[in-house]
Order: sequence, then structure tokens, then C-alpha cells
Amino acid sequence: MVPKRTAKQNASGESSELFTLTYGALVTQLCKDYENDEDVNKQLDKMGYNIGVRLIEDFLARSNVGRCHDFRETADVIAKVAFKMYLGITPSITNWSPAGDEFSLILENNPLVDFVELPDNHSSLIYSNLLCGVLRGALEMVQMAVDVKFVQDTLKGDGVTEIRMKFIRRIEDNLPAGEECPVRFIMMLF
Amino acid sequence: MRFGRSRKRPCAGEGAFAGSWAGSGCHRDGGEMTVHSLYLFDRNGICLHYSEWNRKKQAGISKEEEFKLMYGMLFSIRSFVSKMSPLDMKEGFLSFQTSKYKLHYYETPTGLKVVMNTDLGVGNIRDVLHQIYSYIYVEYVVKNPLCNLNEPIQSELFRSKLDTFVRSLPFFSARAG
Repeated sequence: MVPKRTAKQNASGESSELFTLTYGALVTQLCKDYENDEDVNKQLDKMGYNIGVRLIEDFLARSNVGRCHDFRETADVIAKVAFKMYLGITPSITNWSPAGDEFSLILENNPLVDFVELPDNHSSLIYSNLLCGVLRGALEMVQMAVDVKFVQDTLKGDGVTEIRMKFIRRIEDNLPAGEECPVRFIMMLF
Repeated sequence: MRFGRSRKRPCAGEGAFAGSWAGSGCHRDGGEMTVHSLYLFDRNGICLHYSEWNRKKQAGISKEEEFKLMYGMLFSIRSFVSKMSPLDMKEGFLSFQTSKYKLHYYETPTGLKVVMNTDLGVGNIRDVLHQIYSYIYVEYVVKNPLCNLNEPIQSELFRSKLDTFVRSLPFFSARAG
């Protein structure tokens, strides 16, 4: 255990250093398991996605946030409520596309990379790619297909970390596929 | 737990879970109230969980058919209600009642549907359905990595927590029928 006086505590009292180090261990292991950085990036995104589809339920249960009416509201909730709740930071929202379907989250400091420096042989590693997966998975569960990617990263020498989010489409409610009579009959009426 | 005191209890806005959901105020005075059954559907219409407490008459069809029928009806009512609405709705369809029972409906933005049938004396129990979602489904199913999310819930812990919660509700009474 990390002694209390040196460990930064986040809002719920857990050590944020432990969290950062655990994430570091995860990425390191993936780098050992996969030959190239692209595969590691893909794997991080996939793991994030699986976290996101569950995390959204926890988020809705705890935050009492209802359905958003537009993408701007979604952006606000992500930055001001979700990031605050789970990472203790509030990214700023900038660079809206004219059509209002794309924006950037600027992270002044990214808690995942507190102790990290990218070695030369991992120059194409997207270290925090898990976050993209989480956002994609969580939004998919609330009927929004989005594209999420890092466009700037302090680890790569940029001044800030920037996550770009693009709205692709609304996912329509699933009708149960191939259901026989009762359900299908009733649905046909509408 | 019996509910039959005539004293009107104050309505607590935020009910704490763990057997002491103190809220009430959502019932009419007089008469025993009860819970008949509870369904949990996922976004694809799969019935994740069903349990019943004081259900004296069965539908006479298999449970699978009953679930499909129930989901089909909810789906239709939901779409009908939103098409007929003169304004954009935030909450949508909340409940309906017949001469014998009342159906309460709660849907999360992720498409999880909590459906509870009670007798007619029970008022608005939106908070209760939200609590079933946040304190029981999320805690014991979503946060259990070994529980798959899109198939019927096998977890015994989930079942027993849910049963305890429902039995502790102020409008749950095993005696009523």
C-alpha cells in the first residue's frame, strides 16, 4: 500500500496513484503480449469499449442524468459530469465543427499519464486509447454511434491532450428480430 | 412486513436502500396494497428477469410467450404515446391501470425496462423502480464481470437482494390479494 501522506486521494478516497500505476501495468503487459503498437492500440480500444458499455449504467444510476437532446448537451455531460466523476478532471470543449457534429475535449492534465514517458520504440503507441473505447462503448449504449480518437497527446510532445469526437448516427431502437406472432403482430399496428 | 397502519407517513424524497425505504405517501389511505410481479427487459426485448409475489391467476400461456406479449405491448404503447404527444416528452410512458391492477414502467436511457405490476392503490413509484435499477441491477449484475448483460440473469445474489427489497417496500403486503 502507498502511505497515505504521499498518495493523492481522489474524491471517493481511493489512491489515484494506484489507479495510474495499475493502468500503466496493463499497457505494459499489452506491449509485451502484442508485437506492434497498432495491435496494442486496438486492444486498448476494445477493453475500453467493454468497460464503457457497463460504465454507462453505473453513470446513469449515480448521476440521474436523463437523455440528452442534442450532441452539445452530450458533450457537456461527458466533460462536466462523467470525466469529473470518474477521472476527477473537467476537460474543456472546443473546436466545434460548423455542423455541430464534431468537437474536441481538451485535457489539461491526463491522470493516466502522470508517470509516463514514451520510449522511442513505441512512437505509435496511443497510450490512453482505452478512453476512446470507453466513450464509444458508453455512447453506443445510449443510441449514439460516435468516432473517438486522440489527435494531440502530451506524451508525443503536444502542448495538450485532445480527444476528437465525431457523431456518426443515431442507433434506432432494436425490434426483436425474427419474433413470431404476438410481438410482431402488435408491432405491425404502429 | 405488514402495511396497514392508518397513520399517514411522510413522503421521503430520497429513500435509502437496505430495507428501510421510508418513502411512501404514494398510496391511498385504507386497503391493503401489494406487488404482483416484476419484469426486467433489456434493450433487445429479452426478459432478463421475472419474479412474482402475489399473483393469484396465471396467463395460461408459457412464460416465454407472456414475456413476448408483454414486451410487444410495452413497445407499442411507448411508440403510440410518443406519437400522440403534443410536445416532446422527457419521461414518456409511466403507467397504466385496469380495474384490477396497475402497471408501472421505467426505462433508462440505455433501454433497460423495469416493469412492476401492483394493485390499484399504489401511486407513483418511479423512485422505487429507479432504485431497483441503480441499487440492485447495476450493483449486482452490471458490476459483476461474470454476469453477461444480454441474457437472463442467473445470479442468486441479485435474486435475493431484489426479493428483500421488494418485500420491504411500504406497499408490499403478502396478505392482500
